[in-house]
Amino acid sequence: MEIRELTCIQCPLGCPLTVTVDGDRVTVEGNTCPRGAAYGEKEVTHPTRTVTSTVVVEGGESARASVKTAQDIPKEKIFDVMSEIRKTKIKAPVTIGDVIIKNAAGTGVDIIATKSVDIGG
Amino acid sequence: MEYHDIIIIGGGPAGLAAACAAREAGASDILIIERDERLGGILNQCIHNGFGLHTFKEELTGPEYAWRYVEKVLEAKIPYKLNTIVVNISPEREILYVNREEGAVTVKAGAVILAMGCRERPRGALGIPGYRPAGIFTAGTAQRLMNIEGYMVGREVVILGSGDIGLIMARRMTLEGAKVKVVAELMPYSGGLKRNIVQCLDDYGIPLKLSHTVTMIHGKERVTGITISEVDENRRPIPGTEEYYGCDTLLLSCGLLPENELSKSAGVALDRVTGGPVVNDRLETSVEGVFACGNVLHVHDLVDYVSEEAARAGENAAEFLKGEKSGASYTPIGVAGGVRYTVPQKIDVAHMADKVTLRFRVGEVFRGKCVALYYDGRLVKKQKKRVMAPGEMEELVITKESFKDAGNVEKITVAVEDQ
Repeated sequence: MEIRELTCIQCPLGCPLTVTVDGDRVTVEGNTCPRGAAYGEKEVTHPTRTVTSTVVVEGGESARASVKTAQDIPKEKIFDVMSEIRKTKIKAPVTIGDVIIKNAAGTGVDIIATKSVDIGG
Repeated sequence: MEYHDIIIIGGGPAGLAAACAAREAGASDILIIERDERLGGILNQCIHNGFGLHTFKEELTGPEYAWRYVEKVLEAKIPYKLNTIVVNISPEREILYVNREEGAVTVKAGAVILAMGCRERPRGALGIPGYRPAGIFTAGTAQRLMNIEGYMVGREVVILGSGDIGLIMARRMTLEGAKVKVVAELMPYSGGLKRNIVQCLDDYGIPLKLSHTVTMIHGKERVTGITISEVDENRRPIPGTEEYYGCDTLLLSCGLLPENELSKSAGVALDRVTGGPVVNDRLETSVEGVFACGNVLHVHDLVDYVSEEAARAGENAAEFLKGEKSGASYTPIGVAGGVRYTVPQKIDVAHMADKVTLRFRVGEVFRGKCVALYYDGRLVKKQKKRVMAPGEMEELVITKESFKDAGNVEKITVAVEDQ
């Protein structure tokens, strides 16, 4: 049995949650609404996050283009995805929404540009 | 002298939303003046997500949120000047700007919208003892260096202040391989949004020390370490609680200050609490035809509210040009019981819109309290609030309807009270 102390982030209330994992059974205490219970359960079973960063752009008006994971990825994959992003160099021009890395770190999620970078000095 | 109906000072989220709304309200001759080399303002360096939940019902990154408005401005063919800094605004709405191509130029505006945003409180305003080595940055400066220019600012980091930018930078630097050792916060609560504390600190095991401050910066050429101490209820360091952290970088996230040098030159009266202009329900300052919105008016935590507020300033500026003037008679809005300020600070009841949104902040964390609205001594409305915190802006809607049978109201009061 595992007990985790979390802070709910579904609203400004920030309820302190106590989540107990006992085999397949997850119980959430301390929440004051159903959204808190759902948040607590997801956080201990399969937490996910959007990762945002930048990649090096060559020949662009700006040295970097900002990027993000097109969907949430499993939380434990954050650093794997980051190390792929950090190795990536692209050439200008970049258009917002362009796929920069396909299937980053085997997550099935693409990395896309969140900013356009024109060719420039 | 060149003339424009509306001149907007600043091409960030406030300026862009104001421009779009003014155009939609019928203003044809608008000029945006932006000092940076692109539109979008500080959103361009805020590459994290979480923007736009209210406005677009989806989570965007800062550059994406900015782009939605930049696109609108481009489609509407609203003229703008980049790399152009305004150095003076006169009470007669004459604007002196400077850029490389034109030199110094004065233009006249029918209406001015102040949308200059805010600045970070720098080290000099904090009074931290120690040398002045390299390696001390405000969090926003570090954010720009990393996200726009691509420089890593340090490897071992201590952050003073738990404002949102500091929290965001704690995660950003961690993702780029730096070690963020601790975030120290002078107050007994964080000034940042809860989701940022969870997703930027808790996710990466970065400790947050409340009621702590930096009491020494070590290092002569470059930062070599930081001493932090616990503070008492008067925010004085407690001797014997010093802890040393070896690090090469100190980030400061100690509050944002509306940037109102230009407002002052125009003779605009400022609110001592917000640091921004005193405005009426049309977001018009004490100088006729000069409007204000966004972080220059008061510091917001969500850009969605900036866009909404700025759109109203844009509409009102367009109405002003059509001859819609506010009356001379205002009812002041006072605060009590833990409410620090409201924006607007006064309402022209006779000419107000059907609904006016008051935005305000409280001075401490309140649980299980109410927000009460009074006209003179009479209770008009009471709203339950499970929790209110200084880091999260609150709002209260005042309707024209509510004044119907109220007679002549001399003072409106917003207060925090027991349920």
